[in-house]
Amino acid sequence: MRPFIVLLNKEFIKLRRDSFLPKLIVILPIALMLIAPLLVRMDVRNVNVTVVDLDHSTTSHRIVSHIKASEYLSLVGSTAEFDLAMKGLEEGTIDIIVQIPDHFERDMAVSTPEKISIIANAVNAVKGSMGTQYVVQTIAHALVEFGNEKSPNQLSEVVTVQNRYNPTLNYPHYMIPALMIIIFILVCGFLPALSIVEEKEVGTIEQINVSPVNRFDFTLSKLIPYWVIGFFTLIVAMVIAHFVYGLIPAGSVWVIFLGTTLFILTISGFSLTMANFSSTMQQIMFVMFFFIMIFILMNGLLTPIDSMPDWAQTFTLLLPPRYFTDILRSVYLRGTTIAELWQEFVALGSFAIIFNILAAVTYKKQA
Amino acid sequence: MSETVISVRNLTKRFGDFTAVNNISFDVYRGEIFGFLGANGAGKTTAMRMLCGLSYPTSGSGTVAGFNVMREGEMIKRHIGYMSQRFSLYNTLTVGENIKLFAGIYGLSKQVTAKRSEELLARLKFSSERDTLVKALPLGWKQKLAFAIAGIHRPEIIFLDEPTGGVDPVTRRQFWEMIYEAAEGGTTIFVTTHYMDEAEYCSRVSIIVDGEVRALDTPTRLKQQFNAVSMDEVFRMLARDAQRGE
Amino acid sequence: MKFFVCWPAMRKEENKVMRNNLFALVKKESLHILRDKRTMLIVILIPVVLIVLFGFAISTEVNNVNVAVVAPDRTNGVNDAVNRIAHNDYFTFCGYINQDEIDQQLRSGKVSAVIVFAPDFDRRMEQINAGLPSTPIIQLIVDASNVNSAGAATAYMQEILLGTESQQAMFETRMLFNPQMKSAYNFVPGIMGLIFILVCAMMTSVSIVREKEVGTMEVLLVSPMRPTKVFFAKMIPYFVISCVVLIIILLLSYYLLHVPMSGGVWGIFSMSLLYVLLSLSLGLLVSIVVKTQVAALLLSGMVMMLPMLLLSGMLFPIENFPKFFEVLSNVVPARWYIEGIRKMMIQGSPFVAVWKEFTILLGMTVLFFGMSLLKFNDKLE
Repeated sequence: MRPFIVLLNKEFIKLRRDSFLPKLIVILPIALMLIAPLLVRMDVRNVNVTVVDLDHSTTSHRIVSHIKASEYLSLVGSTAEFDLAMKGLEEGTIDIIVQIPDHFERDMAVSTPEKISIIANAVNAVKGSMGTQYVVQTIAHALVEFGNEKSPNQLSEVVTVQNRYNPTLNYPHYMIPALMIIIFILVCGFLPALSIVEEKEVGTIEQINVSPVNRFDFTLSKLIPYWVIGFFTLIVAMVIAHFVYGLIPAGSVWVIFLGTTLFILTISGFSLTMANFSSTMQQIMFVMFFFIMIFILMNGLLTPIDSMPDWAQTFTLLLPPRYFTDILRSVYLRGTTIAELWQEFVALGSFAIIFNILAAVTYKKQA
Repeated sequence: MSETVISVRNLTKRFGDFTAVNNISFDVYRGEIFGFLGANGAGKTTAMRMLCGLSYPTSGSGTVAGFNVMREGEMIKRHIGYMSQRFSLYNTLTVGENIKLFAGIYGLSKQVTAKRSEELLARLKFSSERDTLVKALPLGWKQKLAFAIAGIHRPEIIFLDEPTGGVDPVTRRQFWEMIYEAAEGGTTIFVTTHYMDEAEYCSRVSIIVDGEVRALDTPTRLKQQFNAVSMDEVFRMLARDAQRGE
Repeated sequence: MKFFVCWPAMRKEENKVMRNNLFALVKKESLHILRDKRTMLIVILIPVVLIVLFGFAISTEVNNVNVAVVAPDRTNGVNDAVNRIAHNDYFTFCGYINQDEIDQQLRSGKVSAVIVFAPDFDRRMEQINAGLPSTPIIQLIVDASNVNSAGAATAYMQEILLGTESQQAMFETRMLFNPQMKSAYNFVPGIMGLIFILVCAMMTSVSIVREKEVGTMEVLLVSPMRPTKVFFAKMIPYFVISCVVLIIILLLSYYLLHVPMSGGVWGIFSMSLLYVLLSLSLGLLVSIVVKTQVAALLLSGMVMMLPMLLLSGMLFPIENFPKFFEVLSNVVPARWYIEGIRKMMIQGSPFVAVWKEFTILLGMTVLFFGMSLLKFNDKLE
């Protein structure tokens, strides 16, 4: 017991005295939680639309004012110069050009009018397609008011939409659980590995290896500080989510704690396992960057896992963050119960056990 | 006849095609200061690491403090102390904290630790530096501290890998006085060095060239054997066509 | 007099020695790097994996939204609508459920949306088509916790249910530059920016600081070689690696992802090389300022990579930022690089069209190099 206690004590002293790490551990989660939710929006807003109005009729003016009033669209001038508009599109100041053809209003009343032309800059494919959608819907609504037979179905008045769990469609609320996971991955997944590789590079690890210290004791002493830090990070993140963004867990806080604990255990165990195979800072840096990158991209932050192709979905089954994202998002936003998440918990629990055992077992005192 | 504390037979270490230590055999007796003398890269550290349970021999056998180097490494570690070539105390811990750490690692209780800590600091005349961060100490003091800590659990054998690298002659002298003191107390010292004059301080010296033991005897007898005035001369004669080292 | 005669010859000899030294140093650095096969493998692997992931696995479009239906009367109208949903790629029809199951299905995440058809659907439809007033006959209950999918799913569902595809007939839409609507195109420039920062800023700074830590840096600085040459020697191998990686990325983008690169490869090359130099100068700056490898790593990671990931527009559109951050993003070099590359690679703009981005990057490079030099001279004293 005594070797373990002194080792653990040494880790905490080292951490305290480090010139960089304590500041990082405190500032990074706070800064990310305060700033990132404002930035990580993938929704489409403020689509810059220019209308090239060749009709100059009441209808076309109505279309323009509807576009102006739209919350998703942003009217950037209406011009008669198509070329000017095109230039704006290429430069990026304009996202979509809407061209209302000559005699549109007149033709509408009589027969099939010439088509309204929508040209979108689709470099950002989502912006292009969603933006176009919004434009189409906006124009359609404008024409409904016009009361023309050819205009869209009255049925749209009798479909109601109920948005559950996030009625205001608050984007930060959706992203915050994923951001929290990223913070955990960075703090508890990256830093423990650095701790071991640093000892390897400096040489202090040799003094440990030549002593009778048991590798389980040593590994545990390296892990525990980061478990503590991880938990502290969780509290900070939840507090900021609550008071700054108004995000309160819909489900049980204990389930969140349990899930986070399992995840931190998993990711730090993984981190140390990787460190046991690296001898230099550069190596571990790259190896961890590689895995962390995959974890972050494939955890459902940018894309829902359901939207991925089958092979990718199967692949995510191997990634611990996938399960934790499910758990955290479900409990935070939908109030899902632990019983409904039993599969994810079992998976995460298994990972935690496996990686921690690996971390201890792959540590070699004698080569 | 003195008891054998280290016994090595045909010990070899290969890394791929490269044979770092080639078939070495020797014995070390209790209480002696046994020197491993050789140029950088000759294989001294590699050999020592096998004896300390840091590295598995490729072939051959050895016992240290009665335990087998291949299979009983962890038992060996309870009975030895070690000072690495690279400095291996924690720079961001204080002198006192380092002592407490390593004492605890070797299983010493709080009370014993406190007592030995006081003794150690007094002996080194470091008592005022207890709360100084190790990184603030001059190199010579760090070395002495590392040696003292290596012996805090009163091991049978202390291994020292190039302990006096980079320090001034006065500090080197003081360091060797510490080594003598320890040997007089019954501790066997196994030291590697590339300083020829330090070979004179050892009870017996083995000269390592290209991973092999080229000579093994007391300094006096070696000088007689090679008709040399100093160990430096002895070494140069033996190492004339050495492949490795400067 | 003799001195002045000999001096040019001496200088030439000195230059020759220095050039040889530089070469030797570069060689040593390169061997050192190449020996670390694991890192080399990963440096190549990262862009490859990123491109594969972004190209094929990650897309920001919505697909496979799980939908369940509640329909007390399975009339023709209802069956028809459900069929249309089931056959649509965006949705996966999960079956009919009861009213009291809605809660559990949504909360557990089994489905993301439930369509509730009112009883006696067909008759009510007729009433509406006849122009008579009516209560709502379709209710969409959407799991809005996933804001992205919710919005899109709602829009698509409405379109399908209401058969408003006829709406589309009124419009002629053209998606420029990316007719196949591949979201991969948007991300490739970001991947390039990321890997260069990783190799040139992080890797380089860690490598330089490592020499500082181990102590060999002082040895080098005391040698007859000028310090600038020492740093050059460190940076050249990473520059070469970056070029190799650049070529790999471009080849993969073109052949695997079919990114058009219509603007010509040379423009893309030039801008990328400039960005590599910029990243190298950043790495240099970091390495001068910090003392330990861990600090170099964390500084370049936190101060360079994170802002880059969040603010440069590589993943998250800058237009969506609050005003303050929109302005802040101008300071992030990657933002300009990514914009320039996007224009050239995907829009096919010629090099001249990105002169603004290029100039800004150039200015930043000069600035960072200048700062490094200043800081370095400070430290020497």
